[in-house]
Amino acid sequence: MSYFRAENLSLHFGGLKAVDAVSFAVEKGEILSIIGPNGAGKSSIFNLISRIYRPTSGRIFFEDQDITEEPPYDIAKLGIARTFQNIELFENATVLSNLLVGRHRHSTTQLWQELLFLPSVRANEKVHRRRVEQVIEFLDLEPYRDKLISGLPYGVRKVIELARALCSEPKLILLDEPSSGLNVEETDDMSFWIRDMKSELGVTVLMVEHDMSLVNRVSDRVIALNYGRVLAMGSPADVQQHPDVVAAYLGA
Amino acid sequence: MRFLFKTDYEDDIKLFPHSGYLVSYGILLALLLIAPFVLSSYVMSQLVFVCIYATVGVGLLILTGFTGQASLGHAAFLAIGAYTAAYLQKYNVPFPVYFLAAGALTGLIGALVGFPALRLTGIYLVIATISFALIVEEILARWESVTHGNEGMRVKTLSLLGVAVPRDSPTFYFLCLSVLVLTIVGTLNLLRSPTGRAFVAIRDSETAARSMGVNVALYKVKSFAISAAITGFAGVLFAHKLSFISPEMFTLQLSIEFIIVILIGGSFSLHGAVLGAIFIVMIDPFLTYLKDDMPGMIAGIAATFGAGTATAGNIQSKVAAFASLNGLKGAIYGIIIVMFVLFEPLGLYGRWLKIKLFFQLFPLYKRATFKRQKIYVKSERNR
Repeated sequence: MSYFRAENLSLHFGGLKAVDAVSFAVEKGEILSIIGPNGAGKSSIFNLISRIYRPTSGRIFFEDQDITEEPPYDIAKLGIARTFQNIELFENATVLSNLLVGRHRHSTTQLWQELLFLPSVRANEKVHRRRVEQVIEFLDLEPYRDKLISGLPYGVRKVIELARALCSEPKLILLDEPSSGLNVEETDDMSFWIRDMKSELGVTVLMVEHDMSLVNRVSDRVIALNYGRVLAMGSPADVQQHPDVVAAYLGA
Repeated sequence: MRFLFKTDYEDDIKLFPHSGYLVSYGILLALLLIAPFVLSSYVMSQLVFVCIYATVGVGLLILTGFTGQASLGHAAFLAIGAYTAAYLQKYNVPFPVYFLAAGALTGLIGALVGFPALRLTGIYLVIATISFALIVEEILARWESVTHGNEGMRVKTLSLLGVAVPRDSPTFYFLCLSVLVLTIVGTLNLLRSPTGRAFVAIRDSETAARSMGVNVALYKVKSFAISAAITGFAGVLFAHKLSFISPEMFTLQLSIEFIIVILIGGSFSLHGAVLGAIFIVMIDPFLTYLKDDMPGMIAGIAATFGAGTATAGNIQSKVAAFASLNGLKGAIYGIIIVMFVLFEPLGLYGRWLKIKLFFQLFPLYKRATFKRQKIYVKSERNR
């Protein structure tokens, strides 16, 4: 049985088939990239997995559990974290509190305990903070702890979003275009981090990406999509030479 | 300038970041504690209102400032708290019991209001909360067996552990002050724990909050309940302070006053609720001054500039007529809100922070530090 599995996943908006009977599987500990031209349905698949959209049909399995009907907030509790294409950070909060929200799925304290700020709450806060510090160290975010998001440049925000997802200690992380808007140097950093996430933190990565050099460097396998359908699946080199994929990008 | 060197995770959890805060809040508390023995009874009574308004302000801040859910229905929550107290008092329920009962009942009703509000945002939520307030106002006027309708209800003198606490006694002031302080401390505790961070997350991006495992619906309802409960507690004190309550006290205008409290104080910090409460309580004496003294003063000025007695008298009566116009208060509220939204969206506390920074950086302060930036990268798609 595979670690994560989508079976015949479809998402229709009226007559538009954004995702059309897509099936794929992710093995534990691999980096799987989804590529495809604009509008191919890549982000829609992510939004289906994190339950922002409800699939028209098809099922999603994670660790042999059917998660198709789980409410969105439980997806994170199961250990699936994600980042967004256009950055969804908490703008008017500090970097630290953004990252601490990532710890939400591990918080166990009750409202009344928090109102009194009992020692248990304090102890929990310190545990969360320690985990957050580890992520800050992993992603070199030390200079930004107390800065407000609204004052930070785009490249840093992108890394903070990744950090927030990592703070939840995910088993599977969904990266929606991790390199969009980044310069060459930042993209390089990102590729190292993605590989380290796999090797050091043992996170399984499912990623949507346009930058083919990044895809080639980090991916174990690649899926190519067009018009909501799977064109090809396999190693990065194979997929790029697949005639259907070449046709989709260049026109035939 | 002071630089804080943090050496422990504790440093980010502490309520007072450094000893300077301890000193200044200590002095403030000391001044507030000796106030009833120094100040006149009129000022003390105003201070009690400041405490009550600030408590409601803190409650509204949790909902509007930190969770991002607007409400124009808080006068109704205040009314529910006040009427619960007045009703239970008839059956000789002791103060601590009906105080807690009022908070609990208001919190419960707040949660019930929160449920339909889950599907509404922005202006639609405002309209829904206004409707709720109107419904409550109507119920208070019609449900005569409990509320005595438009005749209103008399609230007996508060008795705490068998001792009578008249509404203008120092003890009553201390009671209101301690309710305010406890509310503020509780709210600060909440804001530095997971629930408070979840509230802020919902305010800034519901989609991201959800994908981080925050049950958005549950936390919105929690926020409504907490906010309403705090307002309910304030309602009990409000009823005792006025010693008489009737439906026309809890109108839309009162809800707007609460919005002004947080808008003018600054809706990003609890300081704002207190500053805003001071501001709103001071408007009334200011209006009285406008009515009583200003016409004479303006006529006097006109006279010194050579206006005849007849002209001066004419001016005086015109100004007096203007100052006692119906709805002048509402108009002034409107102007204040518009002015603050346009020129000082961070409110009085924001202004204070700017002044403080000016002196901290003295020759180097730049006006552009607080220039509002437009943020272009913001996705609206997944809302």
